[in-house]
Amino acid sequence: MARVVVNVPASAKRGEVIEIRTLAGHVMESGFRRTERGELMPRDIITRFSCSYNGVEVFSADLYPAMAANPLITFTTVATESGTLEFKWTGDNGYAVTESAKISVA
Amino acid sequence: MDRRQRLRGDGVGEDQRRLRFALAVLAFLLLTAAIPLAERRSGYEFMGRETRAMQDDDTTNPALLWVLDGEALFKTNCSGCHADLKGVAARYPKAGVSLEQKINHALKKPFPYESRELLALTAYVGRQSRGMPIEVEWNEANRPFLERGRATFNRRQGQLNLACAQCHDDNWGKQLSGSVIPQAHPTGYPIYRLEWQGMGSVQRRFRNCLIGVRAEPYAYGAPEYVELEMFLMWRARGMKLETPAVRP
Amino acid sequence: MITRRQFVGLGVGVVAAGKAVAQLPANIAELRRAALEGAQQKIAGDAPVRAGRVKIDIPPLIDNGNTVPITVTVESPMTEADHVKAIHILTEKNPQPFVIGAHLGPRSGKARFSTRARIADTGKVIAIAQMSDGSFWSETTSVVVTLSACLEDGLI
Repeated sequence: MARVVVNVPASAKRGEVIEIRTLAGHVMESGFRRTERGELMPRDIITRFSCSYNGVEVFSADLYPAMAANPLITFTTVATESGTLEFKWTGDNGYAVTESAKISVA
Repeated sequence: MDRRQRLRGDGVGEDQRRLRFALAVLAFLLLTAAIPLAERRSGYEFMGRETRAMQDDDTTNPALLWVLDGEALFKTNCSGCHADLKGVAARYPKAGVSLEQKINHALKKPFPYESRELLALTAYVGRQSRGMPIEVEWNEANRPFLERGRATFNRRQGQLNLACAQCHDDNWGKQLSGSVIPQAHPTGYPIYRLEWQGMGSVQRRFRNCLIGVRAEPYAYGAPEYVELEMFLMWRARGMKLETPAVRP
Repeated sequence: MITRRQFVGLGVGVVAAGKAVAQLPANIAELRRAALEGAQQKIAGDAPVRAGRVKIDIPPLIDNGNTVPITVTVESPMTEADHVKAIHILTEKNPQPFVIGAHLGPRSGKARFSTRARIADTGKVIAIAQMSDGSFWSETTSVVVTLSACLEDGLI
């Protein structure tokens, strides 16, 4: 099952600012909704997202219940060198997903 | 002797003639109330710029998550017989069978309606017809279903006693509860509906409409849904398929 | 002896308690203001938050409050000496004010990111940027949120 999708350009010029798009499949249950019987549905969200570039964290975000389901996070980073971008999502109930993408920088 | 008039003329000739005449007049009126072909607009055009961008950009369309699942399921379940299914989704429903039903007939073990697997498969198969014109024809095989679908579209239902046509033929473009009423062309199903924050079929959407007019919704898989979908796809013939679409 | 005022007050209290699940409290505006101030306090502490340098790109009329695309851009050279450290997005009328807190740095290249938020009701959306020099800048924008017709829950 596709849990996350990342979109990273395959190649870039050194120093170029590239845009990275990430999409995570997650219901992001806010913890504020109630069932028809009035019971509070427990919170179940992704709480943190981070991106590391060859082991160095270049972007991160703290997510709250006001994030829409299937959260999209689009951000930028400078293409410094060829290597691997690692993405990590963590959240409630032990949710932890990682994905990686390679980039070639000339 | 029995003098009660029967709606479905099976006895007295006079009744049958009256009925046919009434139906002819009704059909004429209905045809004139329908949206002229050139004025048809997809629900896409009634959305804001940002929602449209969500649909247009494949990398950020949330439906992508389902399309990717569908691609994997297709490889496992379908690619044994089918290289691809380009153009298929644009021609369904066909002869009273929806795409979901057709897929389930072909599978060894059918997926339940509205399951993640079935939505993923229909999204993937539909995606292969994206950009193609919808081609549901008014032919002999389709006619009985189309006529019933049309009758459903024009029949008042629910506590609010509203027919689909009253909002979607007569009042499209106007506002209902702060939202603009679209013309109800199912050009992008299954859709990622922002309201659901997830993917859903046209049957799920119909159920929302029925609840909207305070009618009891039919169960998933009901022939009424397939016939209505078929009629609406015929009504949208020539319009481009947008699957998987994003809708509010 | 229970006075009529006390009796009426009691009745209202019982009704209110029973419906507490469905209704917002009477002092909701004050609670929201306090929550937003608390959030700002948490982000900026006692430092002043000035209007400017931040731009929020959000549809003024929202198709559906469940999923609202937002892009925030901040003017900044994004150098080691002068960059945006964090961008926070808050809303006025959600049950709690925070949407997302993004952490950037000189390796970001640009101070810009996009996401999709849930916005419960017509009101303000606020973006606060924290700079490397310790200053805080913000922009506030207003959006209109309407309820979709034809839902699954049968709510009015």
